[in-house]
Amino acid sequence: MGTIDLDQGDPDFVKELAGQSGGQIRACFTCRTCVASCPISAINREFNPAKIIRMALYGLKEEILKSAFIWLCTTCYACQERCPQGVSITDFMTHLKNMAIKEGHAPPGIRAQLKLVKGEGRIYPIDDFDNKKRNKAGLPPLPTSCDAIKELFL
Amino acid sequence: MKYALFLGCTIPARARNYELSARKVAEKLGIELVDIERFMCCGFPIKAGDIDSSELLAAYNLCLAQERGLDICALCSSCTSALAEVAHHLSLDERRREQINERLSAVGLEYKSSPRVRHFARVLFEEVGDEKIKVHLQKDLSDLKIASHYGCHYLKPSEVHDHFDDVEDPNSLDALVALTGAEIVDYPLKKKCCGGPVLPVDENVALSVTKEKLESLRDAGADALCLVCPFCSVMYDGNQKSIESEYDTSFKLPALYLTQILGLAMGFGRKELGLNMNVVKTKKLTAKIGL
Repeated sequence: MGTIDLDQGDPDFVKELAGQSGGQIRACFTCRTCVASCPISAINREFNPAKIIRMALYGLKEEILKSAFIWLCTTCYACQERCPQGVSITDFMTHLKNMAIKEGHAPPGIRAQLKLVKGEGRIYPIDDFDNKKRNKAGLPPLPTSCDAIKELFL
Repeated sequence: MKYALFLGCTIPARARNYELSARKVAEKLGIELVDIERFMCCGFPIKAGDIDSSELLAAYNLCLAQERGLDICALCSSCTSALAEVAHHLSLDERRREQINERLSAVGLEYKSSPRVRHFARVLFEEVGDEKIKVHLQKDLSDLKIASHYGCHYLKPSEVHDHFDDVEDPNSLDALVALTGAEIVDYPLKKKCCGGPVLPVDENVALSVTKEKLESLRDAGADALCLVCPFCSVMYDGNQKSIESEYDTSFKLPALYLTQILGLAMGFGRKELGLNMNVVKTKKLTAKIGL
């Protein structure tokens, strides 16, 4: 990332985030404990939780939501557990991802998972072949279809 | 001791070795696991995409256990965490509870109060306890050096798991493995994530995270890795060969579920514990204990 253009800042973005879990990002005093704890930052400098918090505080909504890097968060909670200011950083990252999807930005893998779970009720729907293998292993059969999911997500 | 068994998506389809060994170990210890056919996905896989729907799925599953008066025992760390987290949120947020109940009424359910949500390993650690487990151990595993991977959602976020183990110095899995007589291996990257959640987004990044940890385990001299989550197993067992060829290196580190390790010590055979379904071969490992 190059120079930050503050004219691109959207002050409403910070307000929008403040109401969510993880919205206490104003409390961040840039100690970078999150970066030091992050398994992704350790191998990929593109991903930097402290920088994402700073960008959010500057209101750089578009730049964050269109980015590829927000999707690199593994949700391991290492940062959230250690933040001395009590910022729920992992929850904040999850909300950024939710907002990005609403704006139409999401990696195809994430979109596919969402479609599958909301359509079938499972990431790996069970078919007769699965039940055959389960039976062979001495495991009980599972339903091959799920009606409740359709009623829940009408 | 009676629990509703929450299998989630990955275990019944892709980790039958885990399910098989967990059911064997539970039966031996007198833990009754009740299957609820109507359980669906826990909601975790869609949390990044749609948190409201993710919470709704979790609440749906919690209700099914609640209406049978059962607490939930899950084998997958992500399922445990997703269900426990929503139970935690809903206990604090009445407005959210009302919104969820409006949606749940479509399937004739009402969220009243939450059942307790426990990972199988936590049930063994806290409720069954050392003495009761030891009574059932017949085989000494002292010829094996075993390292544990705690992963992330088994312990975190710590408040939804009642801080039952120290996230910065976890001990519960090592303590359970130690009951078998196995030598416990500590290693520098013990607390790191497996990288799995990034797999659908960036395979290279995900596999590098796994590779780092496999190197740390190899350097520490572990004979096997102990796991409690099928996602972590996808990375350490399922993808170990791809990592070896991608990075031109060799690990050949068997990655067993905790229940397979305890099952071996209980005297179950390889097939009974689904060891033939592990991707990284386990024969040399079990030969060390005469199997």
